Amino acid sequence: MNEGSTTPAPALNDAERDELRRHGILLTSVQELYNWGRSHSVWPLQFGLACCAIEMIAASMARFDIARFGSEVFRPSPRQADLLIVSGTVTKKMAPQVVRLWNQMPEPKYCIAMGACAISGGPFKQGYNVLKGIDRFIPVDVYIPGCPPRPEALLHGLMELQAKIRGQSIAGADAPRHLRTDADCEYPVPEFGATDLVPPKNPAVWQPPTIIRPEKP
Amino acid sequence: MLSLAQIRDLAIARFPGAEVTIVANPGAAAQHSLLLGASHARAIAEWLRDDAAHRLDFCSNVTGVDWPEREIVEIVRTPVPDPAGGPGKIIEQKTTRIQPGYLEAVYHLYSMSRKDGPVVIRLRTAGRTDDVTLPSLTPVWRSCEFQEREVFDLFGIRFDGHPDLRRILMWDEFTGHPMRKDYVEPDDYEWEPTPHDEVLKKARAHYPPAPAAPEKTGGPK
Repeated sequence: MNEGSTTPAPALNDAERDELRRHGILLTSVQELYNWGRSHSVWPLQFGLACCAIEMIAASMARFDIARFGSEVFRPSPRQADLLIVSGTVTKKMAPQVVRLWNQMPEPKYCIAMGACAISGGPFKQGYNVLKGIDRFIPVDVYIPGCPPRPEALLHGLMELQAKIRGQSIAGADAPRHLRTDADCEYPVPEFGATDLVPPKNPAVWQPPTIIRPEKP
Repeated sequence: MLSLAQIRDLAIARFPGAEVTIVANPGAAAQHSLLLGASHARAIAEWLRDDAAHRLDFCSNVTGVDWPEREIVEIVRTPVPDPAGGPGKIIEQKTTRIQPGYLEAVYHLYSMSRKDGPVVIRLRTAGRTDDVTLPSLTPVWRSCEFQEREVFDLFGIRFDGHPDLRRILMWDEFTGHPMRKDYVEPDDYEWEPTPHDEVLKKARAHYPPAPAAPEKTGGPK
């Protein structure tokens, strides 16, 4: 961090830093320290939706031990949670409650869509009652495919999230939501309509990609 | 345990004027059921629960069935003797009739005290759209309450005498009954990555209009 001065500090490359570290001198930046601390205490919300939740529970138990990654503290309240693991089928009846929980979580917060259902509706996609992916209402950071994904896959997803957190800069235009003043952290909660949620998606978060498929000859 | 025919005969003797018929199951399970007329259904249900011969004190399952209107073709074969003395002919006469659709509620009854069961009873509505009321059996078996709500939610049968008839699976603002055969699902196929068959037909309606085919210019033939 070198705000205020006109010339940036000369960057230290990794080799030089490792050389210093070998001599017992730890050099780091505020950003690195800050992100290192955040990425190793990601507390998930204790919130399961379907069979993926069973795998999430298995990941928290001794055999897979999510505590190795600092995420063993499953919080029963969204006010204390950093990570929403959408673990399972989101029905249209449940979707407003999921968005509401997401709104109740304080920033910085992250979302993992765990399993085929949370990503796209999965095997229930053509159902009249299933939301076709939680990313229609919530910004998703990591998608974990699988039906259900094994605990190793969840741990891999968590490591990907940690890598994402470590790569975030704490100032500037690409700073995360909680360090910016222009980002809105409130997401509209959909209402129940006659056949579907109203609106069926949050256009600020998700737009259907345009498909152009040529007719087969 | 009494056979279904015995239960039917006892019920008709006990409740004069009640319609009780056996609906045969032609499948391998051969689980035949009793069709009760709506007028005496509640009284017969209470009798099935309390009478010492049955003691069907537990209703394990309530479900609905939608029978849409269908055409039934009946073939009547009448042998006609040949006046000349030869082999007789058989004249086939086909008649078609429309059987109006109806909805059914099916109850699976067991006896905990006699360790017996199941006895399957059915109730039938008069129609599918206008006359969809059936007597509720929740006052007889309390376990029917949520399941009759589910049948109301998904099939649209109105249970008369139910203490709290609301939707249970779908939200209150929802319209329609999704488990009916003629239910049209909402059209939300705007993004289908790998559509095929029926889904492809529905997704295609959301595709942008195909670009005009490029005109063939003089190229190598």
